Amino acid sequence: MAESVMALPSRIPLPAAAARPASVANAATEAQASAKMMLDHVSVLYNVFTAVANVSLPVYANKITAIIGPSGCGKSTLLRSLNRMNDLIPGARLKGIVSLDEGDIYAPNVDVVDIRRRVGMVFQRPNPFPKSIYDNVAYGPRLHGNIKKSELDEMVEHSLRRAALWDEVKDKLTQSGMALSGGQQQRLCIARAIAVEPEVILMDEPCSALDPVATLKIEELMKELQNDYTIVIVTHNMQQAARVSDYTAMMMMRPDRAGEMIEFDVTTKIFTRPKDKRTEDYVTGRFG
Amino acid sequence: MSESKSHQRRLKRSAAHERFRRAGNRVMLGLTGLMTLLAIVPLAWILLEVFMRGSSAMSIEFLTDTFKPTSMGGGGVWHAIVGTGILIGLAALMAVPVGILTAFYVSEHPNTTLGLAVRFGTDVLSGLPSIVVGLFVYTIMVSGQGYSALAGSVALAILMLPVVVRTTEEMLKLVPRSLREASLALGAPEWKTSFQVMLPAATTGVVTGLMLAVARVAGETAPLLFTALGSNNLSTALDKPIASLPLVLFKYALDPSRVRNAQAWAIALVIVTLVLILNIGARLIALWRTTRGVTQ
Repeated sequence: MAESVMALPSRIPLPAAAARPASVANAATEAQASAKMMLDHVSVLYNVFTAVANVSLPVYANKITAIIGPSGCGKSTLLRSLNRMNDLIPGARLKGIVSLDEGDIYAPNVDVVDIRRRVGMVFQRPNPFPKSIYDNVAYGPRLHGNIKKSELDEMVEHSLRRAALWDEVKDKLTQSGMALSGGQQQRLCIARAIAVEPEVILMDEPCSALDPVATLKIEELMKELQNDYTIVIVTHNMQQAARVSDYTAMMMMRPDRAGEMIEFDVTTKIFTRPKDKRTEDYVTGRFG
Repeated sequence: MSESKSHQRRLKRSAAHERFRRAGNRVMLGLTGLMTLLAIVPLAWILLEVFMRGSSAMSIEFLTDTFKPTSMGGGGVWHAIVGTGILIGLAALMAVPVGILTAFYVSEHPNTTLGLAVRFGTDVLSGLPSIVVGLFVYTIMVSGQGYSALAGSVALAILMLPVVVRTTEEMLKLVPRSLREASLALGAPEWKTSFQVMLPAATTGVVTGLMLAVARVAGETAPLLFTALGSNNLSTALDKPIASLPLVLFKYALDPSRVRNAQAWAIALVIVTLVLILNIGARLIALWRTTRGVTQ
């Protein structure tokens, strides 16, 4: 495995010293030009409980950033703070700054609907609407104004093609999206997310409910999409993080059960020369 | 040796115990079976009685004719069927939008003061005697203005409301949270999510609830007594008294004429059939929903 990791293209710009969370901010400033999103000392609280503590993390444009770590360390919470999905949970609060193209997405005058349009999301379990395949993909574009049927057709086809699903469903667009297999459903959800033309796509363990073949397809797809989108993925699967991501953030649960980020670096480094002992233990399977 | 003996004794004792346990099991099973049978006896009996007594006066003419004096054969109940249709239709028109929107509010803001209050309120409302509702509508709509179909349907709408709210709320709860999140994550505003994702996903359930609500009020008599009043004429005017099946049944059952008594049973047959169709229909829709697997 180490070999395949090493074989990752070397064109990835290295962030400067990125060993400790405190220095991540420095690393990010240097690479500011390519940072699509920035988390600056972000903490997420559910009422009095701190779920994520003081995370600073850059999300580089057109790169895949993986967030790894053991269960309950706040990976999903952190991910959901990037498109304000935590707003839906009563009692959830965020401290610090999350910015998208240098604009604070939690600023009071920001329209949350607009943020979610720009930062799309694919969930852990495929969750197509109980509508036809066509209507699933067309749902997003239709929300945002009147679109001509021909244009909509084009958008649906384009999105399904991008999600590598077109050939499998082109003859049954009117069938229910629920009738597809799990892997196809997940690609349908990706097509649905792409259809609103977001800038960032968040993926919350997108393959955990899929078999290895479907997983492979999604991973290939992510590599494809990387050219046009910035992707952040939460995964439990270390190999997956190593295979697909350019950068990896390692999270851990503190004794007070708050999640913190203990290391952020280029994926190859995280998997071959991690700076933190805990990261090494985790990625080599000695822990968690 | 002694060890195996005690072991055998224990085996024997446990065999006796086993027999006792099985006997107890059989007795309890028999008892629950008997009670279950007892519980469905009233329904079976009612159905049988209504069918036997109601079929003598039942005919196509009975359903399509309007009122006639007994000297002319007694006529039919078409006017009451139309009246009941109008009353229930109008009531549903009022109760469904209010009920569904209320259900949305309650299911999406369950722990707010208003949400809790509304839920408690609908519970109380569903337990309210229907005659009290009738009296209430009489006071606000009838006294002074006179009896009307509108007043009758308002009374029925009030009775339908809690059923619509509670069933819709339950159905919305069954819609997976992930669907709501998926829609919001695509940049859909909450109200569009509610109407374009939540409601369609819950449609069959909502329709089931509506049918049960209609079945619930189809046979209501008390609230109509002093709101819709009843009429012997075929009427579709909303501001005039209107006939309805339960009211005609009530009147005919107390009538000294045997013809009217037989007709009362026939009306009972009509109402029971209507309620049965609605209930079975609701079941079928619910069944279709689960087998189709709308929820993940």
